[in-house]
Amino acid sequence: MSAPAVERPPAVADDEGRGLAVTTAGLTKRFRSGQLAVDRLDLAVPAGSVYGFLGPNGSGKTTTIRMLLGLARPTAGAHRLLGGRMPEDAAAVLPRVGALVEGPAFYPHLSGPENLRRLDAVDRTADPATARERIAAALDRVGLTAAGSKRYRAYSLGMRQRLGLAAALLRPRELLILDEPTNGLDPQGTREVRTLIAELAAAGTTVMLSTHLLAEVEQVCTHVGVMRVGRLVAQAPLAELRAGTTVRVEVDSDRPADAVDTLRRLALIDVGADGHRVSAVLGDLPSDRVVAALVYDGVPVQGFRVVRPDLESVFVGLTGEGFDVSG
Amino acid sequence: MSAAEPGSSYALVPGAFIPIRSGRPGAVGIDLRPAPRLGAPTASEAAQENARRFGGGFAVGRLFRSELRLMFGRRRNLAALGMLAAVPIVIAVAVRWFGSTRGGEGPAFLALVNGNGLFVALTALTVALPLFLPLAVSATAADAIAGEANLGTLRYLLTVPVSRTRLLLAKFAAVVTFAFAGTVVIAAVGAGVGLALFGGGPAALLSGTPVGLGTALLRLAMVCAYLTVCLVALAAVGLFVSTLTEAPIGATIAVVATAVTSQILGAVPQLEVIHPFLLTHYWTTFGELLRDPIGYDALVPGLVSAAVYTALFGSAAWARFSSKDITA
Repeated sequence: MSAPAVERPPAVADDEGRGLAVTTAGLTKRFRSGQLAVDRLDLAVPAGSVYGFLGPNGSGKTTTIRMLLGLARPTAGAHRLLGGRMPEDAAAVLPRVGALVEGPAFYPHLSGPENLRRLDAVDRTADPATARERIAAALDRVGLTAAGSKRYRAYSLGMRQRLGLAAALLRPRELLILDEPTNGLDPQGTREVRTLIAELAAAGTTVMLSTHLLAEVEQVCTHVGVMRVGRLVAQAPLAELRAGTTVRVEVDSDRPADAVDTLRRLALIDVGADGHRVSAVLGDLPSDRVVAALVYDGVPVQGFRVVRPDLESVFVGLTGEGFDVSG
Repeated sequence: MSAAEPGSSYALVPGAFIPIRSGRPGAVGIDLRPAPRLGAPTASEAAQENARRFGGGFAVGRLFRSELRLMFGRRRNLAALGMLAAVPIVIAVAVRWFGSTRGGEGPAFLALVNGNGLFVALTALTVALPLFLPLAVSATAADAIAGEANLGTLRYLLTVPVSRTRLLLAKFAAVVTFAFAGTVVIAAVGAGVGLALFGGGPAALLSGTPVGLGTALLRLAMVCAYLTVCLVALAAVGLFVSTLTEAPIGATIAVVATAVTSQILGAVPQLEVIHPFLLTHYWTTFGELLRDPIGYDALVPGLVSAAVYTALFGSAAWARFSSKDITA
């Protein structure tokens, strides 16, 4: 269900926290309009993690990413990328960071490879001698080689998104900051991007993934941070976040009263019946013990389920409001 | 901005990043000892090496060349150059077909075209100077930052990263190149068509001194250089306006309006007091380059004016761009 939370040796050290690829301390952005877009954010993205950066639209995710990359100046607070202070150390840090910010953006009259050549040409730390190979490799990695000579103008949204990813992968990166990378992709493309992220993460790249697709988070993320109206309301390893939730058992039986008796005898709490459905909080008890007990007591069991709340209900609990799942 | 500056509180070294405690509390240090080499160079190591190899003028050259490719690869900009090239052609063909003007009508130098084809170039420059040349320069200068912001490519350039100062300088250099190309296209096409249709007969400077073809061409080149300097001032204004907005069309209109307004104010004698401070005031003094001896005294104020405008608006553009939040 979820990717295993592999502990990797820290690649980056920081006084405020060892092994963190991204740290922010009290990062705040107040727009000139007076609106507080990001409010005293303390992010900690562990090196080697796939960090799901979640929140409804307008919760401050993109503004945060803009500040992280030095595109916007924080009103208050400070942050580090890969251990380097931003924006002071941008020249040393940013070549090691690949980014996709608020959708892809390229020159419409140039082809995909020409666009990547342009980005590579402005990078003073990139070797022009290897540009051609690196561009071909990046395009190949996102499955864009066939689009070759087409102008960007003629690209579909999915192809544009892929080119954006290719730009982020022009060079080996230690950190990828991806803002909604699967936006506009078809299910096949979404799966490919997920696989790509998993591959990159397995190779040691830290990935910070801003999204509001919870399925994406469940499948690839090891850590999550949840934003709500400019504030970070939760930040934890995904497993830990799940551990804090209540797991219930559900039994379908045409003798619900007997089932209730059995569950009570097992000392389960919050036992209740609703027609033929009986449920209780599982607690620490292994679920097979419950099944065994029901069978031992001769309770007919038509259905048995262990119900974990899905990520969505976890986030609704955290944000205290409906989560914009579909975007 | 070099990748690793000695004296900063941390430095990046090839290989693993190993924390060390520096003396000062709160400071971050990274081990400066050479890390053991294991296999292929890491990404950051390669970046370091490349920064050393390409960090100097070569990398600046690469960015500048990329800007030039972008500038001269645009159909719109090529069309602008084509439009400028058409000016001398129209003039030369018109004079050839309908004969020269009676009694010195028309723009300056037109009456001299029949005597020497090179005057086609000068006539064309005079005609293009009030609007066509400023329009071409305004469009490219206004597009410099606003155009990238409009496309959204600006955020990706800056996260590559390109330092904002470096990007602004490269953009400015490309616009200046385009301004120069614009004047040279007019002059070269004018000279070519003029010499073909009217020949390079005995040329006389405005002061009456006869000169050979070589000297005449040299003077023409100097005119191009002077006009480019004048246009550089406009380009600086355009660059500044370009940092204020994400709408390149709006920026272009604003810059063209600036150039036109300056000329209108310059045409009102009652406003004589402000004339020397106008952006376009000295543009037409390029005729001094056609005298013998050259009227340098009259040209210097124009060059000073252009330098002041360029410094002023260039600094303003830098101040604005280097502190601006990129929201596009």
